[in-house]
Amino acid sequence: MKIYVPGDAAAKALGADDVARAVVTEAAARGVEVTVVRNGSRGMIWLEPLVEIVTDQGRMGFGPMLVADVPALFGDAEAHPKALGLVEELPWMKRQTRLTFARVGVIDPLSLAEYELHHGLKGLRRAIAMEPAAIVQEVTDSGLRGRGGAGFPTGIKWKTVHDAQAPQKYIVCNADEGDSATFADRMLMEGDPFTLVEGMAIAGLAVGATKGYIYTRSEYPDAVSQMQKAIEIARAAGVLGASVLGSGRAFDMEVRVGAGAYVCGEETSLLNSLEGKRGVVRAKPPLPALEGFMGRPTVVNNVISLASVPVIMDRGAAFYKHFGMGRSHGTMALQIAGNVRFGGLFETAFGLSLGEIVDDIGGGTASGRPVKAVQVGGPLGAWFPRELFDTPFTYEDFAAKGGLIGHAGLTIADDTVDMLKMARFAMEFCAIESCGKCTPCRIGAVRGVETLDRIGGGDASGIPLLTDLCETMKSGSLCALGGFTPYPVMSALTHFPDDFTATHKEAAE
Amino acid sequence: MPLDESAVLSRVNEILAEHNGMEGPLLPILHAIQESFGHVPQAALPVIAQHLTLSRAEVHGVMSFYHDFREQPAGRHVLKLCRAEACQSMGADRMAEHAQRRFGIEWHETTKDGAVTLEPVFCLGLCACAPAAMVDGRLVGRLDEARLDALAEELR
Repeated sequence: MKIYVPGDAAAKALGADDVARAVVTEAAARGVEVTVVRNGSRGMIWLEPLVEIVTDQGRMGFGPMLVADVPALFGDAEAHPKALGLVEELPWMKRQTRLTFARVGVIDPLSLAEYELHHGLKGLRRAIAMEPAAIVQEVTDSGLRGRGGAGFPTGIKWKTVHDAQAPQKYIVCNADEGDSATFADRMLMEGDPFTLVEGMAIAGLAVGATKGYIYTRSEYPDAVSQMQKAIEIARAAGVLGASVLGSGRAFDMEVRVGAGAYVCGEETSLLNSLEGKRGVVRAKPPLPALEGFMGRPTVVNNVISLASVPVIMDRGAAFYKHFGMGRSHGTMALQIAGNVRFGGLFETAFGLSLGEIVDDIGGGTASGRPVKAVQVGGPLGAWFPRELFDTPFTYEDFAAKGGLIGHAGLTIADDTVDMLKMARFAMEFCAIESCGKCTPCRIGAVRGVETLDRIGGGDASGIPLLTDLCETMKSGSLCALGGFTPYPVMSALTHFPDDFTATHKEAAE
Repeated sequence: MPLDESAVLSRVNEILAEHNGMEGPLLPILHAIQESFGHVPQAALPVIAQHLTLSRAEVHGVMSFYHDFREQPAGRHVLKLCRAEACQSMGADRMAEHAQRRFGIEWHETTKDGAVTLEPVFCLGLCACAPAAMVDGRLVGRLDEARLDALAEELR
């Protein structure tokens, strides 16, 4: 009997380790031989821990599982009260286009053999047979843009590094996924770490870099250990090392762990941190592509950007590019979070409307109350009211509505949310996390908190001041922390002005 | 119990030796020291500085930049509660108040008996099963008052 019990951090946070132990104990008591595989999560977090049993028809799902539900798995499984049917046939799964996350939740994350059975290493093998410039061209042609949030064309960045002359170049994977409502990087690193290894190796071959770093978070201990194990396995198998898959070309990599500074998700701050310095933002130019880690040409890409490269190299640029809408090509791993009924990761082509994502896929709020606002793109993203739910999920459409898609995290909030409080939180967060290098961010965020407190106290004269301050922060800050904090603040003020009036405060008291 | 300074320095020197040849080794070194002692002892800073040919101020500057590094040991257990937006939308503020009341401490403080240190954290990546917490490296999703009380009993 083969049983999958996710080892994903979210599944573990919901009791998956206890369930896995119970499966082993119960099987032993019954004298049943069982193989337990700790797979990644399928992304249906509301069903976690989601246990799967391999049957002749396919993988049958059961969830959300409690320890008490385990014994019945060994009886008439189809009659189990938590039986969900075939996992692949669930509507949530069937509606997705899983390219980057094709293997997450499916395979044993640390089995290189299973990885290869599911098309793993095909992209890297094809890349090895190509000229570096042709790899860069393929990625450019795919239309892939930075999935960390900035949306810069990945191929263009690679070309800059490819064309640069230097004795040493680097691939740095930005896995400092600090935005609230985002967990795609974590899920991929835990559920299919070889994809990231392969993507980084391809990037290395393409630009002539022999060393890669994954900079991730201390808040992600499971992802850290999973990546470290995967790298060791890949090295032992000759996927990494002095001769990648026998190509005669070198590439190796290691994991580095941050230390709880949100701003280190900004690429230049990340590079400083990786060098062992304070995570202070650097002015650009010089671009990291020319003077990055240790002053050398460096590709800095998000986890999902790099993890999308293997499928692009395997299936070809045209295959990937035909998904999506407008200039937003390919798929995006939506992370639907917060006060939501069906929360989790949903990979789909660009172009769904925000309303479809929130109401249809997410099923509305967990509390059952009306959705009031959705913050798209993390703590630096704008809050969207229901009136903007027809906005298609693309880089351009969200920018046109005064927002951004960022790393595609969505925080759903019901009608009990106080938008003035959320605006204040955004400023407070910026004040705590500011690296201190530029004045608009360092001082502006503190003044922003004070001004919002004035407004909250009923002083409407603070509103024009806040607006002006946001304008200064937006145009005067060195990086996205100070520059984008105005998004949540101004969107809250613009779309929910009632929350910023004295009458609102009185009503609340 | 105060740490024996010579024991600290000998362990620090071991850690420094383990990181020889590494590019940008300061964060890994500080992490390793904190893992050994539960905090970064002040006595370690000049030794690190000399080894990496940095000034002591630079090492202090790096250490104090990052939330993770402690100058003082934490309690026997560290309870981290997520304060980010997704968790807030599911009652993280209420959880924080409950924890502060239950333990009688504010953020970054340790209970008088040294059992629990309470820390805020901004995102554990458990945003679809909020509110989330981390107890000594163990993750907890869908936290509620009852779960928090049970944890409090466990951590005494």
